[in-house]
Amino acid sequence: MSNTELPKGARPEEQITTDPSRAAQRMRAGSMTLTMLPWIVAAILLAMLPYIFTSNSALTIMNQMWITVVFALAYNMLLGQGGMLSFGHAVYAGVGGFACMHIMNMSDFFASFPLPVLPVFGGLFGMGLALIVGSFSTRNAGTVFAMISLGVGELIAACSVIIVAFFGGEEGISGDRTYAMPFFGNEFLQQINVYYLTAFWMLLSAGLMYLWSRTPVGRMANAVRDNPERAEFLGYSARWVRFFSFVASGFFAGVSGALFAINYEILTEENLNTASSGVILLVTFLGGVGFFFGPIIGAIVFTLVQTVLSLQTELWAFYAGTLFVLTVMFFPGGLAGLLMMHVPAFRLGKAGGLIVPYLKTLLPGAIGVLAVCGLVEMVFHVRHASTGDHEMTLFWTTFDSHAILPWVIFIGVAVIGLGIARTTAPALRDAWNEANTAGGSA
Amino acid sequence: MELILVNLIDGLVTGLLLFMLSAGLTLIFSMMGVLNFAHASFYMLGAYFAYSISLYTGFWMGLLIAPLIVGVLGAGVERYGLRRVHQYGHVPELIFTFGLALLIEELVQFIWGKNQMPYAIPDVLNFTAFAIAGNSIPAYKIFMIFISVAIFIGLLYILTKTRVGMIIQAALSYPRTVEALGHNVPLIFMGVFGVGTALAGVAGVIAGPVLGTFPGMAFVLGSIVFVTIVIGGLGSLWGALAASLLIGWITTFAKSYNIEMSDILNGIGVVTPADLDDNIFRDLWTVTSPQIADILPYILMVLILIFRPAGLFGKRHT
Repeated sequence: MSNTELPKGARPEEQITTDPSRAAQRMRAGSMTLTMLPWIVAAILLAMLPYIFTSNSALTIMNQMWITVVFALAYNMLLGQGGMLSFGHAVYAGVGGFACMHIMNMSDFFASFPLPVLPVFGGLFGMGLALIVGSFSTRNAGTVFAMISLGVGELIAACSVIIVAFFGGEEGISGDRTYAMPFFGNEFLQQINVYYLTAFWMLLSAGLMYLWSRTPVGRMANAVRDNPERAEFLGYSARWVRFFSFVASGFFAGVSGALFAINYEILTEENLNTASSGVILLVTFLGGVGFFFGPIIGAIVFTLVQTVLSLQTELWAFYAGTLFVLTVMFFPGGLAGLLMMHVPAFRLGKAGGLIVPYLKTLLPGAIGVLAVCGLVEMVFHVRHASTGDHEMTLFWTTFDSHAILPWVIFIGVAVIGLGIARTTAPALRDAWNEANTAGGSA
Repeated sequence: MELILVNLIDGLVTGLLLFMLSAGLTLIFSMMGVLNFAHASFYMLGAYFAYSISLYTGFWMGLLIAPLIVGVLGAGVERYGLRRVHQYGHVPELIFTFGLALLIEELVQFIWGKNQMPYAIPDVLNFTAFAIAGNSIPAYKIFMIFISVAIFIGLLYILTKTRVGMIIQAALSYPRTVEALGHNVPLIFMGVFGVGTALAGVAGVIAGPVLGTFPGMAFVLGSIVFVTIVIGGLGSLWGALAASLLIGWITTFAKSYNIEMSDILNGIGVVTPADLDDNIFRDLWTVTSPQIADILPYILMVLILIFRPAGLFGKRHT
């Protein structure tokens, strides 16, 4: 063996593409840098929100929102960043939550244990399950992975009625968070305390997940998503890269499950089943899988829409499903994609020219869509209200759903609104093209 | 002995029903590489349409017309939905069909409500065909077996012996070449999608009266159908048949014989712990086979995926 030979794994000097002496280049390649500004703003906003929305129901909604944010971000580690579509991700959150519930019920241990640390345990249990399942499910991406995730999800959800000792059967498992060791004198009796705990963990998890997406393994997840073959040729095992993403995602899903356990103090089969997994897919996709902040927008918007709409109409799941299918068909980038579409126009300083065409098209369009929804509600009322019940309330007016006039009005508004939107659409398209073209005059 | 025969027939009915769904699904998969999540929803639509039609014209017209409507709907979904989403890749396609499944379930609740429909077996078939040691076998079950087998034979004949079948098979493997030869491949895809969903519709029409016509019926069967084609090997028609029958028989037998886990464990020499109530494995000891009958397919699938990832009849592909 000659001395000039390099040790195994080391590369000759000229092959190092990044010059260590030039900081800027190093950062671009390794990219642990991040602008702190959005995080500081988010932290201040999270701290301020309870002072703006003081009611308990608002706190509950916000807690639900942050839990969904953590879960959706964890889910997007798979779907958006790793290209793995999971139909059973709720089980990792659920199992993390159930484990936390059991820790809460171990009174001796729990009494010597501050509550804010509990999500770590939830995460570890979620991660443990992901380690087991990921060991065989991450061999393939795409359809096969999706099928395995569905099967495993169904299996564990079905087990919840059989393994009563862990899942508590049909009534689930409940506990009491206030038995924990007081955390600086705080026993988490009130909703506001729980809010800050949830918000803190949300910010921490979001930050960690963002950092993860900047690490080499996070970057490789993108490479494997886009071109697994090429990643393999570069010497990375696509399977292990997927496995690491999967396990990390399982950890954060477990954290969200633990936050759920702390908030609601009960977990049931509903936290595990395919419907919950479907909801998180819907949330993430509506928000947009292409950008890190997409799922955050999705979780916030979805929770708000769910809370508001489900109070207004029985059909909210129908509207959500329609919106979801339309999003997949026409805006695969989701809400975040829609927002980011406008960045070039802003860069060119031409976004202002879009406001009037937008108003001209979207406002009548929105009114038309609302009228269509009104028609849907009326059809539903005519078909399913108890016989003789002809009175319905829609858009703050009460009328007879069997009379001809409301139908004429709603159909008229729908046709006119959508008609105007249709005639002004070409003008909007022109304005859009103009706003995205550099140079030239308006 | 007689009980075994009865269970064999019951399992055969379940298996053939599963096969009618999984055949269409696996054909669609091998053609477009996309798993149609909404497949079981078309099965549900078949049952609901047939129920609505049977109110006016009776069961037989429902059996004839409902699958046609479902097939046309399916072809429309392919033409105006899937083909559009196809450009974004496989994962959005899968998400699209998933969303479609959600939407169809909501739509069914919107139109027909949440309650079970009184969709019943026609009077002509509502009698006992024969009895085996006191267990009566309804004629409707024989009818279901007959229909499924007829469809399977018809499908096999069309796919292997006719010109259309040849073109379809060619389009499965070499779509570009077939297109270059002057065949309209997108039309073939649309047709196969339509026929596949129509098959699901037929399954819905004949299963609706037995298994119940309610908004959750797609969900109940949907994931089992996926499990079936994964076990059989994605894209394999024979695999789908074998896996369907296997699942049909396994679940039927597990339900009718009450085998307790403690008996099995005692049988292999593990002694039942004295204080079972405090044992953390108490649920494992008291579990019985009817309890786990419904999750057996999933366990089977996980085992298959670990030990033979391509499925029973599947070809290993990269």
